Order: sequence, then C-alpha cells, then structure tokens
Amino acid sequence: MTTVADENKRKTQPKTQAITRPKTQPRHQARQAKPAARRRLVVIGNGMAGARAVEEILARGGAEQFSITMFGDEPYGNYNRIMLSHVLSGEESDADIFLNSLHWYQDNNITLHAGVRVERIDRFTKYVFANNGHVVPYDVLIIATGSQSFIPPMDGLYTPSGSIKPGVFTFRTIDDTRNMVQHAQQDRPPEGERSAVVIGGGLLGLEAARGLQSHGIDVDVVHSGGHLMNAQMGPDGGAILRRSVEALGIRVHTGSRTTAVLGADKVTGVRLRDRPDIDCDMVVVAAGIRPNVDVAVLSGLHVERAIVVDDQLRVVDEDDIYAVGECVQHRGEVYGLVAPLWEQAVVLANHVTGADSTSAYLGSRIATKLKVAGVEVASMGLQGPERETDEHILFSEPSRGVFKSIVIRDNKMVGATLLGDSRKVAYLTQAFDKGLPLPEERISLMFDLGGPAEEQGVAELDDDAQVCNCNGVSKKSLVDVVKGGCNTVAGAMDATRAGKGCGSCKLLVKQVVEWAADGAVEEDPAASYYVPGIPLDKPSLMAAIRKQGLRSVSSVFAALAPGSAEDAKSKMGLASLMKMMLADQYIDERDARFINDRVHANIQRDGTFSVVPQMKGGVTSVQQLRRIADVAEKHNIPLIKLTGGQRIDLLGVPKEDLPQVWADLDMPSGYAYGKSFRTVKTCVGKDFCRYGTGDSTKLGIEIESRFQGIEAPAKLKLAVSGCPRNCAESLVKDVGVVAVEGGRWELYVGGAAGAHIRKGDLLATVDDPEEVKVLTGRFMQYYRENANWLERTYAFVPRVGIDRIRAVVVDDTEGIAADLDAAMQASVDSYVDPWTERDGPLTPGQFRTSLPLTALPQVPVR
Amino acid sequence: MNAGHNLGPVDQIPFGEGRAFGVAGEQVAVFRLRDGSLRALSAVCPHKGGPIADGTIDQELVLCPLHQHAFRLDTGCSTTGAEPLGSYDVQMDNHQNIILRIAAR
Repeated sequence: MTTVADENKRKTQPKTQAITRPKTQPRHQARQAKPAARRRLVVIGNGMAGARAVEEILARGGAEQFSITMFGDEPYGNYNRIMLSHVLSGEESDADIFLNSLHWYQDNNITLHAGVRVERIDRFTKYVFANNGHVVPYDVLIIATGSQSFIPPMDGLYTPSGSIKPGVFTFRTIDDTRNMVQHAQQDRPPEGERSAVVIGGGLLGLEAARGLQSHGIDVDVVHSGGHLMNAQMGPDGGAILRRSVEALGIRVHTGSRTTAVLGADKVTGVRLRDRPDIDCDMVVVAAGIRPNVDVAVLSGLHVERAIVVDDQLRVVDEDDIYAVGECVQHRGEVYGLVAPLWEQAVVLANHVTGADSTSAYLGSRIATKLKVAGVEVASMGLQGPERETDEHILFSEPSRGVFKSIVIRDNKMVGATLLGDSRKVAYLTQAFDKGLPLPEERISLMFDLGGPAEEQGVAELDDDAQVCNCNGVSKKSLVDVVKGGCNTVAGAMDATRAGKGCGSCKLLVKQVVEWAADGAVEEDPAASYYVPGIPLDKPSLMAAIRKQGLRSVSSVFAALAPGSAEDAKSKMGLASLMKMMLADQYIDERDARFINDRVHANIQRDGTFSVVPQMKGGVTSVQQLRRIADVAEKHNIPLIKLTGGQRIDLLGVPKEDLPQVWADLDMPSGYAYGKSFRTVKTCVGKDFCRYGTGDSTKLGIEIESRFQGIEAPAKLKLAVSGCPRNCAESLVKDVGVVAVEGGRWELYVGGAAGAHIRKGDLLATVDDPEEVKVLTGRFMQYYRENANWLERTYAFVPRVGIDRIRAVVVDDTEGIAADLDAAMQASVDSYVDPWTERDGPLTPGQFRTSLPLTALPQVPVR
Repeated sequence: MNAGHNLGPVDQIPFGEGRAFGVAGEQVAVFRLRDGSLRALSAVCPHKGGPIADGTIDQELVLCPLHQHAFRLDTGCSTTGAEPLGSYDVQMDNHQNIILRIAAR
C-alpha cells in the first residue's frame, strides 16, 4: 500500500522540516485503510483551530477517508495559545502547554510541515504552494491561518536596517513569549529597575503586564481606548478594573496613543501623543489582532474583514475550500476567542467527512470568564443597555474591586459584566446561553440570597475543600473518582456518598464532577428519575402507576423496574409518592419504609430514637407539661430538648420502649421524623401581644390540625406570624403566613433557613384565614405532585417559578385547583395517628431492638 | 460444618426487613428477602456503629439507616467504600426455623 503522500516525491528542496509518517503503519491501520478511496486533505495552519478541526475530522472516521497534510507557520506542534500568559509569568513551562506533540501527528499518519508557510492556493488546479518550494495537491482544503498581532503605526519601531528594534516585542506566539522571558531574565541592565511599556490595555495587554511584573519589571500600560478592556465591558467596569490593576502596581494611561518608540539602536522609552515620555527598556505591543488573510487574498478567495464563510464553514463560492477559526468572517462576525472555534470545528468536520450534512454553524454567543492580571473578569453579550426598554442592573463596589452589570431584554439576559466576584458566572452563563427565565427579584442574579444555587468557582476551590459537609467528601475525592473513570454525577455521588447527606451540596457536587470531567461528563439519564431504581420521571411514573392500577411499592418494582428488580434506595421515595397519590387505597408494605417511618420516631446516632409529641402551634398546657415530665422521669429520658419547631423532644428512647412512651404520653405524634408536614410555628398573636394584628396561634393550630402528618417529597415546616415583626420567622418557612394590618394575611412559599437561607416568595395576600388554609393546602398538594423526591420547597419554588405557581394555585389558570383540593382532602381524611400502633405492633418485632450490645458512641447526657 | 444455631421461626422477620439476634456472643442481623430467602450479616455498621438490622433492603443490598452506607447482603462487602460487614451462612430448616452457622465463611 502507498504510505507516503505524493508530495514527498515532488519535493525539490533537500532540507525540509516535514515530518513524514513512518513507512510501516500500525497493523490495524493497514487492515482498514482503503488507499484508492482516500482523498487528500490539506490544512493550512497548525494552530488551535487547524489542529482542532483535524481532531474532529479524525473523530468522525476521517483517517479512513483522507490522507492528511498540515502546514504550520511555527516550527512546533500545536500548543495552547491561551496559556502563553502563564508561560510569560512563569506559572507554566512552555513544554506544558502543548496540545499535540509531534508524535500525535505521526500516530495519526498526518504529514506535518512545521515551520513552512503556504503562500498561494491554485483553486482551479487544486494545489497549494509553500514557501519552501513544496507544491501539494488537495481534494479538500482547510484554511486555519489564525491571526497575527496588530502593530499600530508609530515612529521608531524599526532600526535603520529594517528589523524591528531590539526590546520591542509582540505577544502572540510561543517564540514571542520565550523572547520576552529571555529579555526579562538575561539582559538585565546593571543599574536601576527594569521597566516596560505595554501598548494595549485589553485582555492580552493586561496579561502581558502582569506576566512582566512577575519578572520584577516595572510596568506602564498605554491604552488608546477610554477605559481598559473596552471590548468586554463598559466604562464603569473599566474604571473599577483600572483601580484593581493599579492596586497591583501597574500604571495605567488610558485615552492615549503611543506615537513613537524612542532609542537609537535599542528601546529607551516611548513618546505619547499628549503626555510626557515614559522611559523604558522594553515595549510590548498587544494592541489587538488581525486575521491572517494574505494567502486567501492572493489566491482570489472572498475576503472582507476576514475570509468569508457560510454556515457550513465553506469559503463563499468554493466547493472544496473550508476555513475555520480567527481567520474567518461568519455572518459579519470575526471572533478572537477560542470557544467559537470549537463550535466551528465540529460543524466543519461534520461536512468534510459527511458525518452530518445538516450540521450548521449559526454563530457563537460569546461568554468569557478569565482571570486577567489576577482579577476575575467575566463578560457576555451586551456591555450596557441599548434600547429604552432594556433593564440595566448595576452594582459597583470600587473599594473591593467588585462590579456587576446585567442587561435584560424581554425578561431574557442579553449581557453581563462581572468583575472581582465571579460566583454567579456559571448560572449567568447558562441564563445567557439558554435564555432561561429570570427570577423576579433581579438582585438574586448578582448575589446568592440563599437557595440551592450556591455558585462557587469550582476551579478555584482547593483540593481539600470539603464539598459535602455531611459526609466529609473533599473536592479531591470527587475529582479522583472522576479521573478513575466514573464520569456520571450519580456515579460519583454513589462512589463517594457526596450529596447523600442533607443534599444541600448536590449542585456543587454536580459542578465539581462536570469540572473534573472537563466537559466529558456523561448525560446521566437517571438525573431525571424520581427514584433511582425506576427509569421514569415523576409525571411518567405517576401516569404509569395510575394506568396500571398499581397500589404497592413491590408491584411498582415488578411492573416498572428494569428486570423487575427491587431497589432499596428507591423504596422510601416510592412509598411516599404512592401514599400521596392513593391515600387510603395505598397498600402499605412496611419494608418499603425507612426505619423512622416504621417506628414513627427519628433514629439517633446511637440507634435510639427521639420522641416529639404533637404540640399544635407550639401551644401547650399544664396537663401536657406534667405528663411529659412524668414520662421523662419514668423512662429516664437522657435529654429533653426544645426544638426549633416549638415542641419538646425526648431523646435517647430505645426502640423497644417506644410503645410504652407513647402510651404514657397519650399524645399524638408530632411527625418530627418523616418526609412530611412537620409543624406550624406561631408567635404569641393578638390576644396577648400588644402589636399583634391577627390571631396567629389560632390559625397555626388550625393549619396543623388539618395537615398533620401528610407525606411530601421532603419535610414541610410552616409558620404563622401575627404581625410583620415576624416572630415566627414566616419568611423562611416552606409555607409562611404573616398577618398584616387591615385583617389581611400574606402567604409566603419556598422559604428556608436551614442548610440554605432563602426568603420565601409572596404567593398571595388574602382577607380570610379560611382562604389561607385553602391556599396552603393547594400549594402543598401542587408541591407534592410536582416536586422531585427530597426537593425542598426552597428549590422547587424557584425551579417552577413563583409566577407559575401563583397562576396555578391562586388564579387556577390550569383549572386544576379543585382537583388539588380534593386530593389534599383525601390525604387529610386518611390520616391516622401512627402512635396508635402502640396497642399492637403491625409487624412482628416492629419495636424489637436492633441495638448492638457492644459499646456504641453514646449521646452525652447533659 | 457444625449443626448451627436455631434462632427460632422465620416469621419473626417480616418480608423485606431484618431483625437482630445475639448468637454465641455475636450480633447478627438476619434479613428475610421478599423472595423468602434469608441473609445474615454482622449487625453493627463498621462506619459509625449503626444498627444494620434497621436498614432498608432489596435483593442485593442493605442500606445502613444512619448514613446510608450500602453493603452486599451476600458478602457483606460495601459498595460505598465502607469496611465490610461479616457475613454468615443462614438457612431455613424443615420446620421453618432460622438456622445460623457462625463459622465465618
């Protein structure tokens, strides 16, 4: 079989830097290759765009279709240009930033001409002509020539002999970077400080300034724009960025142009248009980039600002020539960042290989998040409002270097700039990319006011930072299992138990796993399942249960689980869901319950249980208190504790004593153990409180009487406050009620003050306490039917959106209010106090001890 | 093989649940699966001492009620990275009694 491309036979120059593939091919290649059918693919450009395009082509079976030849201007393999600023600052060595070593080209049978520039394309006879005399034929051509540094016109850049003046650098290539480092380290003058002027106060200029500073060089930045990074942000943000940059010791001159480089044979300073000269022995030009289009222009291709391509990345009017990356103009846009390039390379590869002829590139939404000169910067979309109707949300805190600006149009985010605090970037980027609906309270776009979306720069977290605070799982443990091949979120959670405690860290766990997998995280179909063992989301699961008339957890496994296999992790969620759906029609299999629900008490660390009798609205009586005291004394209760929900907790009760304790108490269960309605906290109310405007205790007791014990996807904690002083903390409850002047009641939902802090959203304001009870029940039923398993209202309400919840629950836009009320009524009607099971155990040994006899950690007695 | 310890009638364990037994100085959690078969593991979770017999089970696993560590019912090996539980040979005799053999398998 032919192994060496034709061009190697044609070459005329004896000295070449071409690296040809080995004569003997790997055996598997030899088996599959079909030499006769292989077309010749030539790629001009071996930078990030060219190499990525080839990688995408190879990933689509391109090796069988094409013999591939690449030309690269630089005499190296492909490296990560974005990392050059780290090389400059010394954080990375130049060897570390290579993406494709020369071996990669050999291994993939790619003929690489490194250090060879293509000068012309003959698009009629289909040859490319290189500057070393090579003439190479192609069937398909890809142009990925990238950009070069733009050097603004100024005097004194060149020596009389025409070479660039020693001490003047551009900042684009690995050689540029090496030269700067060498100059900074070796050519140190004996006297005084080294000093440099960076021309350009954009992204690259600031990176260069910071990098030079790390070599002990005194740096001035001269920027012709009115403020720093004007391509990414408006003047207000630029002003804050300037403060942060200046705080690092970098002098900034904006609105000024460099007119000349001073010095006879080497740099001694620069001259500005309207300011005094600046002395320096080094000038770095970082004033932007220009697409490399010379070869395209010379070859007669369609070039405007850059090479014009269509949505298939095909050069306009050419059948077999594609272009990709910074050298491309698509729908009028020329991109100078890396993200669009990845997207373009995928589409291009789909067409070149024929893998997907419908694939189209429609342009990129540019969202960047970077650390510029040590300052976190994120920007996307518009810098500021453009229309009268645009909303502009602005926060500026110069002393901390924090600036946030968000532009909203038609309730969609169309632009954002964040400086100095990038915690919300992940969320905002999603909102921007996907056009997500935005929270009514716009401020929560900028700050975490609580809720589950604790955005943190995952990349910035320390390795030993604890991600899951319940099970003590560090970022590193998670990253290790991902690196070990476990790249689904659920898999990583199973392997480490991260997120398996209170669950409040799940979002962060997900972010860490996604970050660790570097985008290769597998779609986790189980993420949408209501319970892990049944491959259905909640609506489908409920529909299937109804359709098949299933009434027990075991029948659900038999009918709906893969292989009809039981799943321990799914039992509790299914039991709760079916009880909610079927009320008294539910066949209650006790093994499906969690131990707490089997014995109606909350298991403690030593295997004993806590007993919390019902104390509606936190109101008690002499008789109750006396009885509780007697019980505590009789049973030697080790700890008596007032709970946050205004009840009394008797802790340390052995399982076998539970029935007797309940009998002695003769009070109903307070449900301090279930995924269920727990309690209604109340304030004193108007009977005693001199501020009280509504009878909060009465309403609280009525609500608790009505909804006691109903099961839900997660626990429900309620409160009623008698006035806006909110002594019962109604604003941070799953459902919170506040009496306001004029006999009216405000209803808040989705609040929390536990693992997360979130102020509830106002659902409605009503005149009548009866109406409060109706809406409370209807909201809770809507939550029960629509929330994910273990999803608290503080996550459910923002996920669904308060507007939608209000539409359904208050305005009945879907016409389901009566159904919700009826379903809730059925649950209320089927309530039985579980502590009546004291009279006869429901299952054999229901209250038999499981306590090991060996010494266990005991809860200390206070 | 010794004759084993007779722990009494199997119906003291409901289907799908476990019960703890003290046998010859050892704490043993015996589970009766929904298919009627029996499994026996040591009764104390090696993680934080949780009562394994109170765990939720399926055909394969038991979940410790305290921190949801999972253990294979047949071998006692943990699927969540905890130390393993001891496992025991357990059978039913012709009179529906639970027969446990202590000699470690």
